[in-house]
Amino acid sequence: MTTIADPKAPRAARPGPGRRSTRGNTELYGWVFMRVSGVLLLILIFTHLWSSLISGEGISQVDFGFVAGKWANPFWQVWDLTMLWLAMIHGTNGMRTIVNDYAEKDSTRLVLKSALYLAFTVVVVLGTLVIFTFDPCPAGAPMDLLPDVCSDLP
Amino acid sequence: MTATLEKTAPGPGSAESGLGAVPSFQVTLRVQRYLPTDAGDLPAGQDVGAPTPGEYRWDEFTLTMHGTDRVLDALHKVKWEHDGSLTFRRSCAHGVCGSDAMRINGRNRLACKTLLKDLDLSKPVVVEPIKGLPVLKDLVVDMEPFFASYREIMPFLVTTGTEPTKERLQSAKERERFDDTTKCILCAACTTSCPVFWTDGQYFGPAAIVNAHRFIFDSRDEGAAQRLEILNDKEGVWRCRTTFNCTEACPRGIEVTKAIQEVKRAMITRTF
Repeated sequence: MTTIADPKAPRAARPGPGRRSTRGNTELYGWVFMRVSGVLLLILIFTHLWSSLISGEGISQVDFGFVAGKWANPFWQVWDLTMLWLAMIHGTNGMRTIVNDYAEKDSTRLVLKSALYLAFTVVVVLGTLVIFTFDPCPAGAPMDLLPDVCSDLP
Repeated sequence: MTATLEKTAPGPGSAESGLGAVPSFQVTLRVQRYLPTDAGDLPAGQDVGAPTPGEYRWDEFTLTMHGTDRVLDALHKVKWEHDGSLTFRRSCAHGVCGSDAMRINGRNRLACKTLLKDLDLSKPVVVEPIKGLPVLKDLVVDMEPFFASYREIMPFLVTTGTEPTKERLQSAKERERFDDTTKCILCAACTTSCPVFWTDGQYFGPAAIVNAHRFIFDSRDEGAAQRLEILNDKEGVWRCRTTFNCTEACPRGIEVTKAIQEVKRAMITRTF
């Protein structure tokens, strides 16, 4: 006859890898950031769409010169920069969450997340550079491709 | 009521049995079978039609059941009269012990609380083990990962100071605060309905969070900060995507997703 274990006996530790504790506020801040940036992006994006496509002459006004004019103004520089960064962090964090949810293998997760963070870095660095170093009238460029403002320059 | 029931099933037996007769009908039960690879030799008489070790298989049984029968009664009928090797858990058989949670027609329910007449009987009733936990045999799963998460959130009263000589008093309003989450019977229907848990077995799961909620919002308990710390984990409440599968699955009608959100809110108000 087999005996069963004493229910009050001290329990042996569970074999195999248990849950590694990953406590901390990282996920909490991530969660809050998604909500806050979501609301901010609504304002930023819809104002951006309105100012570019609806106000003034509407969609027909958008050309190289229009963008150049906008980025000559520090207000729109900061606006577009905020939009770029918030949208990229918001989107990347969302994708990170989806990868965590659906990729079961650690190796798959590593590959997908590396690709994600690489894409994030490229877009954010490139975008930031463009917003701040944008020159509407580069020296030596053919005049017919440049906006009218450039012909007034000495 | 009786007249209505007789009208819906005018079987050949209804005329002679008369008033108060319970209608009977044919039910096809489609059960997922699994035999572990280390099962060894089956006892004589039980090896007939038993599944091949290590493989899943579907078995169909056609049974004559009654209007008052539940899925559990159908499983009993199979085990007692058709195939004694069918394995499933059940204890009280009345929706209190939480042993017989299973996937019935794609939804997590208790077999003892699901009346056959409420299901679509024109098609076979599909019965599978709950998802996301290792299947041991047929409908029996290894509940240990589930209980490990439960133990981790400290499901017991934590207090400091001298114990009162009488009971620890609490107002009706304070009791009301966590009333919903006291109903949990640990059947695992919620946790194994959660898509996050399916792909990530490390996630604490709705049931553990519900039971943490039961103590976090108890005015007599002093371990709330510790429990919030435990659940403020990469695999804690922040993995919840509010798909509401758990709320839908709970046989006790606990608003599981709401409880998880309340724990999230407690963490946020604590941090900011």
